[in-house]
Amino acid sequence: MSVQRAPVGPVAETASARRDLSGRRIVAKRFLRHRLAAAGTVALLALATCCFGASWIAPYPRNAQDLLTGARQPSIAHWLGTDDLGRDYLSEVLYAGQVSLSIGLCVAVLSTALGTLVGAIAGFTGGWAEEVIMRVTDLFLIVPGIAVLALALEGLGPSPVTIVLVLTGLGWTVIARVVRSQVISLREKEFVEAARVIGASGVRIITRHLLPNLVGVIAVNMSLAVAGAIILESTLSFLGFGIQPPQSSWGNLLTQAASLVGTPKAYLLYAPGAAILLTVLAVNFVGDGLRDAFDPQGRK
Amino acid sequence: MLRFVIRRLVYSVPVVAAASLILFWGVRSTFDPLAKLRQGHDAGALRREVARLGLDRPVLEQYVLWMKAFATGGWGTSTRTGGDVRAMIGSALATTVQLVFWGVLLATVLALGIGVYSAVRQYSAGDYVLTALSYLGIAMPAFWCGLILIQLLAVWPKERFGLAEPPLYFVGLHSPGRSGFDMDYLRHLALPVITLTISLIASWSRFSRASMLEALSSDYVRTARAKGVPSRQIFVRHALRNSLASFVTVVALDSAILFGGLVVTEQIYAIPGMGRLFLASMLAGDVFVLIPWMLIVALATVLFNLAADLGYALLDPRVVLR
Repeated sequence: MSVQRAPVGPVAETASARRDLSGRRIVAKRFLRHRLAAAGTVALLALATCCFGASWIAPYPRNAQDLLTGARQPSIAHWLGTDDLGRDYLSEVLYAGQVSLSIGLCVAVLSTALGTLVGAIAGFTGGWAEEVIMRVTDLFLIVPGIAVLALALEGLGPSPVTIVLVLTGLGWTVIARVVRSQVISLREKEFVEAARVIGASGVRIITRHLLPNLVGVIAVNMSLAVAGAIILESTLSFLGFGIQPPQSSWGNLLTQAASLVGTPKAYLLYAPGAAILLTVLAVNFVGDGLRDAFDPQGRK
Repeated sequence: MLRFVIRRLVYSVPVVAAASLILFWGVRSTFDPLAKLRQGHDAGALRREVARLGLDRPVLEQYVLWMKAFATGGWGTSTRTGGDVRAMIGSALATTVQLVFWGVLLATVLALGIGVYSAVRQYSAGDYVLTALSYLGIAMPAFWCGLILIQLLAVWPKERFGLAEPPLYFVGLHSPGRSGFDMDYLRHLALPVITLTISLIASWSRFSRASMLEALSSDYVRTARAKGVPSRQIFVRHALRNSLASFVTVVALDSAILFGGLVVTEQIYAIPGMGRLFLASMLAGDVFVLIPWMLIVALATVLFNLAADLGYALLDPRVVLR
């Protein structure tokens, strides 16, 4: 926040800037004190580093087949064993994580951005725009989600990009409803009234006055969206509508391992699922931490 | 009450109509109902089918025609099996309802039990263990959980103890040639129901713990304690009863979402219900099954939402339905 753009004079602005800074520090402090949230952040960073740095970190190059070895139980040379084609499973899981994590993150960012935008406009303007948007989200509540996703992917083809778009297309309504209800209660507050009296435009009120108050809600929702998108992607892959081989994601690795239940190769089942579990768990902890950190009623 | 139900149903008509139109359009634009016939190079038969099904007319008109036929019970025949769609969906629904019934029953009982225990013994070792388990249950993809359960509860004990049959079955709902409610049915039912409900148990128990804690910290509970009402009676009559209203709402709303989980569960355990019917129809591009399937599921969701509101009103006497 710069002093030059201050609408209410330099004194008030520097005071609010100072408060803003310490507010941010309080949030950061509370978040770090939340031990599980801190652990979740570390776990997520570690996972992301290992997956996206897989070309340096993974013990074997991508898709390095060794048909003579075939599927082997976990050993010192191959920590998670090898699959049918003799590929090191740890490396495969790490590379697959790139796709899963990217999809989770992209869907979360896109659906949160879209949902926040739509929800804020609906809540702030009211009237027919709100009516239309709310009826549309009503519609999304009753259509069978997994069926619509499968249908859309069948129609558009299952590439990572279409998966992101389709999951975003179905996911934005959740955050839109939340943001709308928050904006409706905020828009009657005195500081919004004051901004309007000064002559601030609607866009300015939304971006400078309303949205900063919703950062907590938005952040929490985004973390939940990451978790939801990763699980949904793996479920769709399992049903045959997700990422297709030779591209791989955690869901897709699990799908290939699913037929191995009851055979000696069942060990291939554990690693991709555990990766999903760990990611979602960590993301949920981060979400909990954010919720507590941004909660104005929380202890300092 | 009756007026409320009727009004809600009337209000949901336009939403359901809009949803069904979009679903109709979506299914039709994804799949060609005559794909099989087109391979046959019989131009005459193709033309006859196009005329019979009205495929040469605008989509909106097709939709109205289909809706009329649907409402009067003529759901058409499946292009995949050649069977009557109404009979197919009917038998699939009968199977799925069993899963939903046992699933919701098990999840409700367990979640309430866990929630009450965790709230009454807040911050005890048991509470921490159950909380940790519920975090795991929420973070686990349902199908992975199902696959691991098969490995742990069916395959492993069979091999380890050299049994002729696994203790729990993982294919279908009955052994060949058997039917009805017996031990065989339960041994088939156990794994699918657990797979279906594990995330529900986890999230519902968190919810019931939270609402139970809220009730326990309220003034009427303090008053009851001050009067010397026995603890057990406070927990059951005062706290549990008051926390039940919002719990039932969540149960009813989430039960509708159960249909998504059913697709996965029925696929893993080869159970011929709605989920498996959907997947088979998707793979075959069976338009005449897919459209009514989606409409039925959407209607079920509307009914569950209505049930959520009614349940809340029944359990919370302060709510008046108008």
